Amino acid sequence: MAAIPLSWYLLVAAALFCIGLYGVLSRRNAVAILMSVELMLNAVNINLLAFWRYNWPDGTAGPVWAIFVLTVAAAEAAVGLALVISVYRNRDSVVAEDLDLLRN
Amino acid sequence: MAVIFVLISILTLVSGFIVVTNRNLFHAALAMMASFLGVAGLYVLLAMGFMAAAQLLVYIGAISILVMFAIMMTRRMMQTRETPFNSQWRWGLVTSLFVFGLFAYVILRVWPLTDRSIVEASDASLAGIVVQMGQDLVARDLYAIPFELASVLLLAALIGAIVIALPEKR
Amino acid sequence: MSEQTLATLTWLVPVGPLLTFFIIVLFTNRNRTLSWLLSWAAIGVSLVFSWIIAFNLMAMDVHDLAHHPTAIHSAIAWLPFGEFTNWLRMGVAVDPLTAVMLIMVPFATTAIFIYSVGYHNYGKPRGTHLGEPNHGKEEPLISRFFAFMSLFGGAMLTLVVADNLLLLFMAWEVMGLCSYLLIGFWHARTYGPDPKNPQKLAPRFAAVKAFMTTRVGDVIMLLGIVGFYRLFGTLNFSEAFSVEALAHVVETGGGVWLGLLALLLFAGTVGKSAQWPLHVWLPNAMEGPTPVSAIIHAAAMVSAGVYLIVRLFPLITVGMEAAPAVSLIIGLIGAFTALMAATIAIAQDDVKGVLAYSTISQLGYMVAAIGIGAYVAAAFHLITHGFFKALLFLGSGSIIHGMEHGAEHVHDHHTDPQDMMNMGGLRRKMPVTFATFVIGGFALAGFPLITAGFWSKDEILAEAWFVGTHGNALGMVVFWMLVAAAILTAFYTARQIALTFLGKPRTPLAEHAHESNRYMLLPLIALSFFAITAGWAGIPEKFPVLGPLVNNNFFHHFVGATVEEALHELEVLEIIGHGLELPTFSWVPLIGSVIAAVGGLFLGWWVYGRRPLGSEDADPLIAPLGPVHHFLRNKWYWDELYQRLFVGPTVYLSETVVYELLDRGVIDGTLHFVARTTFALGGYVKRFEERVISGGVDAVKDLVLSFAEGGRSLQTGKIQEYVLVSMLIAGTLTALIVILNMV
Repeated sequence: MAAIPLSWYLLVAAALFCIGLYGVLSRRNAVAILMSVELMLNAVNINLLAFWRYNWPDGTAGPVWAIFVLTVAAAEAAVGLALVISVYRNRDSVVAEDLDLLRN
Repeated sequence: MAVIFVLISILTLVSGFIVVTNRNLFHAALAMMASFLGVAGLYVLLAMGFMAAAQLLVYIGAISILVMFAIMMTRRMMQTRETPFNSQWRWGLVTSLFVFGLFAYVILRVWPLTDRSIVEASDASLAGIVVQMGQDLVARDLYAIPFELASVLLLAALIGAIVIALPEKR
Repeated sequence: MSEQTLATLTWLVPVGPLLTFFIIVLFTNRNRTLSWLLSWAAIGVSLVFSWIIAFNLMAMDVHDLAHHPTAIHSAIAWLPFGEFTNWLRMGVAVDPLTAVMLIMVPFATTAIFIYSVGYHNYGKPRGTHLGEPNHGKEEPLISRFFAFMSLFGGAMLTLVVADNLLLLFMAWEVMGLCSYLLIGFWHARTYGPDPKNPQKLAPRFAAVKAFMTTRVGDVIMLLGIVGFYRLFGTLNFSEAFSVEALAHVVETGGGVWLGLLALLLFAGTVGKSAQWPLHVWLPNAMEGPTPVSAIIHAAAMVSAGVYLIVRLFPLITVGMEAAPAVSLIIGLIGAFTALMAATIAIAQDDVKGVLAYSTISQLGYMVAAIGIGAYVAAAFHLITHGFFKALLFLGSGSIIHGMEHGAEHVHDHHTDPQDMMNMGGLRRKMPVTFATFVIGGFALAGFPLITAGFWSKDEILAEAWFVGTHGNALGMVVFWMLVAAAILTAFYTARQIALTFLGKPRTPLAEHAHESNRYMLLPLIALSFFAITAGWAGIPEKFPVLGPLVNNNFFHHFVGATVEEALHELEVLEIIGHGLELPTFSWVPLIGSVIAAVGGLFLGWWVYGRRPLGSEDADPLIAPLGPVHHFLRNKWYWDELYQRLFVGPTVYLSETVVYELLDRGVIDGTLHFVARTTFALGGYVKRFEERVISGGVDAVKDLVLSFAEGGRSLQTGKIQEYVLVSMLIAGTLTALIVILNMV
C-alpha cells in the first residue's frame, strides 16, 4: 500500500484536471464542454480521497465531501444538458462560440 | 501495486485525452466512460470501495447515459467534418499546460505533504467508514445542513431540468 | 427567559420574512391579498421576537453586560471540513448594540409594510399598467412588491443579528440586490428630457446606478474582509474584538494594518450609506415607490452602512491610534458630507429630493461621530434618525399620494405632484399628515428638549466639542462643520414644511388634494410617537434641570456596555489613548445646537412661511444667492464631474484605443487604423463640443449609453474567453505567490 506515494495520485489528478480544462477552453460543442467539466470534477474527487486516505483516514470528511461533489456534478449534468437541448431547439446550434447573446 | 496504479492511470488519462480531442462525440462519450472507470479503479486502490461503487452507479450509470441521450438528441452535431476546436484552442493549450506545470511544481517541490508517510489506519476503522459516513451525514453538528441543502439542490435541479427542456407551449 | 430560548428566538427573527419571499414567489403570487397578509404576519412575528429579545437584554444588569456584552450567542459550523470545522462557523449574537437596532429596525419595517398596502391603493379597482405607477388604482404587481420588501427586511434583520463579518456581508449583498429590484420597481416608466432637472433618471437606470455605485464600495470592502481574516484568523466579531486578539495583532506589528483594514471596510460604508464621494446614487434612488425610499433610507440599507462601522468600532479605534490619518479621513468625509448634502438640500424642489439629501447629511453626522470616537452618539443618532426619517419619508409619500389624488380629480397629468412649488396649503387638506410631518421635521431639525433628534444630535456635538477642547483639532473642525450643517438642516426643514403645508394652494392639484387612507396614517402616528420619545432614553446626567431629574442616561450606559470593558482594558494596556468617556457638560455645544435648530427654523419660516409664495413666485433664495443657488440646485455638479472624469474617458479609451488600436489596427492594417483613429478623434471632439454647447439635455442619454459602452470591448459574450482569461489571471497570481514564497 505504502508503495504508491501521495504525489502520484495528485499528479494524475492534476493531469486529468488540466485535460478537462483544455477541453473546456477549446471544444466547440457544448456537450463536449460539459463532458470536460465532468473530468475536472473527477480530478477533484481523486484529490479529496487521496488526501483523506493519506492524512486523515480516521475521519470521514474526505469521502463525505466527495459525495457532495458527486451530488453537485449530477445536478450540474442534468441542468447543463437540459440547457443544451433547449438551446439546440431554439437556436439550432450547440456551438458555444455562437452563444454570444450577451455580447456588447 | 505500483504497476496496477500506473496502468489504471494510463487508462484514465488516455481516455480523458480522447474525450477532449475526438471529433466524433459519441466516441468521446464512450472514452469518458472508460475514464470514469479508471477513476473508480483509483478509488479501489485508495481502499474506498464504496466510492468506487458510487462512481460506477452515478457517473457511468447515470451521467454518461444522460450525455449520450443529449448527443443523440442533438445528433446533427454528432459528427462534423470541421474542426472540433474553437479559434482560441492554442491559448487553451498554453493555459492548461501552464496550470499543469504550476500544479506539478507545487506538488513535487513546494508542498511538504510529499514527504509525509501514509497514516496507517486500522482495518477496523476502514471497514466501519461507510457506517460512520452514514451517521455523520445526518449528525446535527456535522453534515446535516449541507446534506439537506444538497437534497434540495438535487430536487431543484431535477425540476429545473424538466422545466428547461420542456418544449415551449405555443 | 433562558438564554437558550432567547438564542432560538434570535435565529427565528430573520427567518419569517426570508421564508415569506420564497412562499410568495413560489406559491401565493397569484393571490395578492394573501401575499401582503403573509408579509404582514411574517414581519409582525419578527417584531415581537425582536422586542422580546431586546427587552430581555435591557432588563439585565448593565455591569454584567459590560463584562459579558454578547449576552446571546449561538453558532453552527454549517460547512464542516474535518479538523478545520470551525473555519466557517456562523451564527447569531445579540449584544446591547444589536438590541437597540432590534428595537428600531423591525418596528420601522413593520410600519412601512402596513403603509405600503395603503400606498398601493389596496381595495381600489386594479390598475392595468404593469411596471408603472397606477394613480388611484391598485398596484397590479403588489405580490412582487411585498416579496421583494420581505426579502429586504429579512436581509436587514440577518445583518443585525449576524455574529460574523461574512454573514453580515451576505445579508449586505442581498440588500444590494433588493434595492436594485425595488428602485427599478416601476421599470416601464420613462421620462422625456427635463431641462429643470437634467440629472433625473428613469427608475430602471436609477436602479443600475445605485447597484453599480454601491458595488465600488463593496469590492473594496470584500478586500477588507479578506484582510480581516488574515489578521485575526476569524471573522467572528466577539472573537476578533476580544482584548487578547486586538493586543496580539498590535504586538505583532499589525497596528497600521488595522488602520488600513478600517479604511477598506469603511469603503463599504461609504457606498452603502451614500457618503461622499459615492453619494450620487441615493438621490436617483428616489425613483422607487415611496415605501421603498423609506426602507432604503431609514430602516435598512443606509443604516446598515453606519451599523457596520459602529459594529467595527474597536477595530477602528485601535487602527486610529496606530494611524491617525484614519480618524482624519473618516471624520472629515462624514463632516464634509453632512455639510455638502445640507447645502444641496436647501435648493431642491422635489419633496423627496430634499429628504434624500437630508439623509445623506444625517448619515454624515454619524460617520463624523465615529471619526472622532463618539461611539454611543453615533449609535444613538442612528436609532433616532431611523425613526424620524422613516416618518418623514412616509409623510412625503402621503403628500404625493394626496397630490396624485388631486391630479386624478382635475385630470391634470403634466404637473409634477412631487414638486413642492406645486403644493402649498396642504395643512387644511391633510391635517394628520401635516401634524406628523411637523413632528418628524422638528426632530430632524433638532428642536430643543422635546424631539428625539435634539438629544442625539446634541450628543454628537457635545462629543465633538469635548474632543476638540481636549487637544484634538479634528474635533473642533468637525464641531463647527456640523453646527453649520445643523443650521442648514433646520432651514431646509422649515422651508419644506412652509412650501408644502402653509399658505394657499398654488396649483389645482393641491387645491383638490385629499387626506390619505387609514393604512397610511396609522404608521405615521406610531412613528411620530417614537420620533419624540426615543430621545428621552439618552438624556445626559449632567444636563441642566432635566439631567438630574431623569438621572439615568440609559442609552449611554446600555449601548456603551458593548465596548466599554474592552476599551478600558486596551487603555490599561496602553494600546489606545483613552477608553469610552462620558463628555463633561459644556454650555457651548448646547447653546450651539439650540441656536442652530431654533435659529434655522425661524430663518426658514422668515423666508418662506411669513409671506407664503404665490403660484407664480420664484424661490426667494434665487435672487440673493445668484449663481450659488444654481450650483446648489445642480447638486454641486457631482454627476457631471464623474461623467467627465470616469465615464467619458472610459468610453473614449474603449472606443478609440482598445477598439480601434487592437481590433481594427491589427486586422485592417496601419493605414486603415490611422484614418479611423483620426475619424474617431474628430467624432469625439465633435461630441465634446455638442455636449458643451447643448448642455445637460443629453446627459441622461449619455449616462445610460456610457454605462453600456464602458465595458463594451471587454464583453465578447463568449463564455470560453472569460474562462480562459480568469484561468490565466488565477494561474499568474498563484505563480506569483509561489515565487514570492521561495524568495
